Amino acid sequence: MSTHSLHFFDRVDTALHDETLRTALNRATARFVGNRSGAIGALSDADTLRDQARAIRAHALSRLDELLVRLAERVEARGGRVCWASDGEEARRYIAELARSRGVRSIVKSKSMASEEIHLNEALERAGVEVVETDLGEYIIQIAGETPSHIIAPAIHKTREQISALFEQHLGMPPTTEVPPMIRAARQALRQRFLRADMGISGVNFGIADEGAVVIVENEGNARLTTSVPRIHVAIMGIERIVERLEDLGVMLQVLARSATGQKLSVYTSIISGPARPGEADGPEEFHLVLLDNGRSQILGGQYAEALMCIRCGACLNACPVYQSIGGHAYGGVYSGPIGAILTPLLQPDLPDNYLLPYASSLCGACQEVCPVRIAIPDLLLRLRADAVRAGKFHPIEKPAIQSYAAMMNNPALYRVGGKFARLGTRLLRRKGRIRRLPPPLHLWTRGRDFPALPAQTFSEWWEERERQRHNG
Amino acid sequence: MSTPVGPRRVTLFVTCIVDQLYPEIGKATVEILERQGVAIHVPRGLTCCGQMAFNGGFRDESYAVAGRTIELLRGQGDVVLPSGSCAAMIRHLYAELFAHSPYAGPAAELAARTYELTEYLVDVLGVTDVGARFRGRISYHDACHGLRFLGVGRQARALLANVQEAEVRPLPNCDTCCGFGGLFAIKQYAISEAMLERKIHDVHAAETDLLVTGDASCMTQIAGGLSRRGSPIRARHIAEVLANMVDARPV
Repeated sequence: MSTHSLHFFDRVDTALHDETLRTALNRATARFVGNRSGAIGALSDADTLRDQARAIRAHALSRLDELLVRLAERVEARGGRVCWASDGEEARRYIAELARSRGVRSIVKSKSMASEEIHLNEALERAGVEVVETDLGEYIIQIAGETPSHIIAPAIHKTREQISALFEQHLGMPPTTEVPPMIRAARQALRQRFLRADMGISGVNFGIADEGAVVIVENEGNARLTTSVPRIHVAIMGIERIVERLEDLGVMLQVLARSATGQKLSVYTSIISGPARPGEADGPEEFHLVLLDNGRSQILGGQYAEALMCIRCGACLNACPVYQSIGGHAYGGVYSGPIGAILTPLLQPDLPDNYLLPYASSLCGACQEVCPVRIAIPDLLLRLRADAVRAGKFHPIEKPAIQSYAAMMNNPALYRVGGKFARLGTRLLRRKGRIRRLPPPLHLWTRGRDFPALPAQTFSEWWEERERQRHNG
Repeated sequence: MSTPVGPRRVTLFVTCIVDQLYPEIGKATVEILERQGVAIHVPRGLTCCGQMAFNGGFRDESYAVAGRTIELLRGQGDVVLPSGSCAAMIRHLYAELFAHSPYAGPAAELAARTYELTEYLVDVLGVTDVGARFRGRISYHDACHGLRFLGVGRQARALLANVQEAEVRPLPNCDTCCGFGGLFAIKQYAISEAMLERKIHDVHAAETDLLVTGDASCMTQIAGGLSRRGSPIRARHIAEVLANMVDARPV
């Protein structure tokens, strides 16, 4: 089901009423949170490691232009081709043209959020090419006709019962609630696709500038097949996903795996540095690296630059009580959860209600607490809120409400009188010391919560009375 | 009259929510501090830290309110708040709000002498037993801002461990947000209610009599949910427990 045409609040409402979604999210996020916490807790120097990871990312971003040029030159020196794509359109055009000129009819893809970001599959399918996702989660949502709802677990919103029904319908698998037969069914279907594909498209976890190489981590082996079996490999990399040295991986791969899935390391780590060289039996004939900007260079150097440190581990999604409640689709963008509430307004400025995303957070800070590179997510969300207000994007009642609040807080006389009025008013509404219904807009509070009856005397009044008595007494 | 070593003196900033909604929390804070021999000063006209406007993205309005608060607290010594959230606003977010402004310096100076109540009692005064008594089961919820932006939690637990006759019971997921979040509770009421639902579930699972936390705002959210469900469990601010004032107000 596509909910993207709905308004943000409707998407939230849909999600909150979806009991199956709740079950799926509760199961999966609890498992992720537990695994991460175990894996990070097992380190004797987790704090140091995270500081190092942050320093590596900060260093790379501070010299991004230089590192990207170095990466591109070294990729080309090894026989690869580099496309500098300033936006999704340029990236799509390059890949579609490549597919056309090489007579590509069938493409296999491993997980790539950057390709989701530029809606690559739709573009290639329009060009008449068959595209098959090979990451199990991505495959599930592809046959379901959906989009990923999590950075690393795209089908996190689905229960195994739903997946069984999908496989029964599309692959003729007998219904089961056991995972192994489902995996066997998907593997069987995908194996054929790998063998007949002319092109493999992958994402990139890290580009290594010094090596002219890209790193891909995965657990299923599908990325390794995607990047080695077809005759052409295209890797799509957001320009910020770079580190300078091979040694940096020693830190980055550890924090990524532990934060994402709670593994010490992912099952497969592939370092790819170009097409097969003469005499090599394996590997593609061509290697293309698409360096995708798509709004990132605009973020660099600004007040949201820190968001570019993100290594897409998904830990902030799992830890977020808002994400746990509504899942990824409600956010409406490609990236969801706390980091998505930052990236979507920045990278997809055309989505009409994305200014609301930074408000989809109680600012509890659970995201920052688990972020492997310590991105100050709540601070960035607060800045985006300030930007939205400056751009005049808020509910019409908010401005007068906040202005009266500020006027009252700035004027003790008004504060006293206003408080007195509110207290008198709410006394009329109270029943048994509590209020069950407040007038709009506060009826949104009492929809599901009682409100206390306000006291006859404020603390300040009590304090002043006490001080007077003390001085007189 | 000369006192060579004067008594400790603090400035008490009860916060707007305590002033208007829960004067008992303010009175309890006074009681606890005075019992420790601390002299209390409450500046006239002190209202709000400005967090509500800041949280909503209205920085100009927040700047005015918070700037006035900085002026009123200038030269007033240590400032104690019975709120991790408002203390975090001053300690953590004033730097952001007042960056590159004339208040940047005064804000940093104020941040350095601002304390959340339990932090002040345990870390500054070195007290963990304040002579509290409560017959019943107590569970503690870590309010997010105090926990994550001030590192508060250990102090409250140390204080609660010394409450006579009380059985302190662990609250499952005690560090998960209750869903209050300031304007979030209104603007995203449906998500806020869903988060509260889970918190209430955990509070019931704790098999407790009293849910205790360090922020009046989170307490309002949790108490509002418990009351709506007709639960016999009460929610109280930690100051009310420490001052033996659990029964000082209804509901």
